Amino acid sequence: MNILVCISVVPDTTTKIRFADDNTRLDVAGVQWVINPWDELSLTRALELKDDASAGVNQVSIAHVGTTASEPTLRKALAMGADNAFRVNGEFNDAYQVAAGLAEVIKAGQFDMVLCGIESSDYNGSNVGSMLAEMLELPSVSAISSLKVEDGKALIIREIDGGKEVISVFAPFVGIVQKGIAKEPRIASMRGIMQARTKPIQVIETAATEAFTRVIRFEPPQPRAACKFIDPDNAGELISLLQKEAKLL
Amino acid sequence: MSVLIYAENWDGKFKKLTFELASYGARIAEMLGTKLIAVSIGNVEESELKQLGRFGVEKVIAADNKRLKQFDSQAYSGLIAQLAQKEGAKVIILASNNAGKSIAPRLSVRLKAALGSGVNKLPLSTDPFVVSKKVFSGNAFAQLLLDTPVKIITLLQNSFDLGEKPVDITVENLQTDLGGLEVKTEVIEIRKQEGNILLTDAEIVVSGGRGMKSPDNWQPIVELAELLNAATACSRPVSDEGWRPHEEHTGQTGKIIAPNLYFAVGISGATQHLAGVSSSKYIVAINNDKSAPIFEAAQYGIVGDAQKVLPQIIEAVKELRNK
Repeated sequence: MNILVCISVVPDTTTKIRFADDNTRLDVAGVQWVINPWDELSLTRALELKDDASAGVNQVSIAHVGTTASEPTLRKALAMGADNAFRVNGEFNDAYQVAAGLAEVIKAGQFDMVLCGIESSDYNGSNVGSMLAEMLELPSVSAISSLKVEDGKALIIREIDGGKEVISVFAPFVGIVQKGIAKEPRIASMRGIMQARTKPIQVIETAATEAFTRVIRFEPPQPRAACKFIDPDNAGELISLLQKEAKLL
Repeated sequence: MSVLIYAENWDGKFKKLTFELASYGARIAEMLGTKLIAVSIGNVEESELKQLGRFGVEKVIAADNKRLKQFDSQAYSGLIAQLAQKEGAKVIILASNNAGKSIAPRLSVRLKAALGSGVNKLPLSTDPFVVSKKVFSGNAFAQLLLDTPVKIITLLQNSFDLGEKPVDITVENLQTDLGGLEVKTEVIEIRKQEGNILLTDAEIVVSGGRGMKSPDNWQPIVELAELLNAATACSRPVSDEGWRPHEEHTGQTGKIIAPNLYFAVGISGATQHLAGVSSSKYIVAINNDKSAPIFEAAQYGIVGDAQKVLPQIIEAVKELRNK
């Protein structure tokens, strides 16, 4: 079984987000780029499955849509243990374009399981994984918090509103992964870092599909009113404020 | 032409969220000068379907088929896409929840329709069609142009007030053979959360962080939540330590919630935590560190020890309830 993990490269989650050019684009000055947290967990789980001989995973590849600027981050994913990488060359913010780029990688290869993070921490769309599944006419399972492989079949636990579902699906399929799938992201070993330098990153050039959406401008959130402090020795006052002022209780 | 909502049900019943979608859809239909239609999938009684008429839905198409009993994003989106085309839907609205987030992108591909996901208010304009959505985990909003003839929106829960708009509603029962739609996933088991109020549905949430110091100190959090009919939640370190179950973790990588009132007790308010709760209408912060960033996000704050502050709050709620 071959697994493909889709990787989005995002600003580090502690980055102070600023915009440039009259709030029309992200100001990338000083931004630290990292693997999208959910993609990092997907990759970790894929590598765990590869380490477990009974799962029958032969290869773990990664795929990314972006420019050469992403390559240092892709090397980090290779250092974690991915075997090889595909980079679809282009600079897209529209989810449909990204999914179409990833679909090119999958059509050209032999992948049994495609894993995507449930969202990227920049655009928070939750779009790419399910778009990709639809483009490839594959089944997909969302909000996966546990993933096992037995006899070419995936056994999945996913979150639903108000509980969990245990699901089985035959490969090939797209898995959309959330927290819980792996405990902690895998840390690259020194040996992994050395090996990553020579692992292949295959660049794929495709004609960009049309974009369906475009960001016109960004807005910082409205500042909230200053916090009203209540005397800790008279904390019950809070409840009357919530009732009378905020009209909540 | 029409505006179409996917009216999700839970064991045959709609939730407030379903009616939020209808209220939102009714306003968009008004803006476009057209009518609002709903699609319901699964076994829902006619009396329940007709509830949608209170919020401006003029027609509900109720599709039921035993193969649609279990949720499968491929089959559900195939069916909704067929109905959207038949009804000439120009705008399709789903909830930004697990089901909506897995159906909407598939509809986008099938219908070549732009998708605005996690939208928090009415479109800023309808020609051009521009929506506002949360980006960078709540650290900003984007004005997003949906640049295709058909548009899809997923709406954040608790971001749009219910608006009563009673209309005569027609129920159209659809006997579908699914026309070639296959269900390829198999649900083996469903484990329902029993008893507690769902975190994502709760209007009030009481949440504890590392400042609670030990899992043995959780009793006042649970008691306050029970008194307020609230759900309990926690910060990431607390769930990582195993003090509370993972399902309670709110924050960027955990659950993203938008209750009316969020109590952050002993939570410092790191960016990643705020990303999960910043859409709450009111935040109350209780923390012994006056410089904790949570106070910048909160409307009401108490600088003090949770173990001393919470009992006073619990007492005050009891007094209020006894009045």
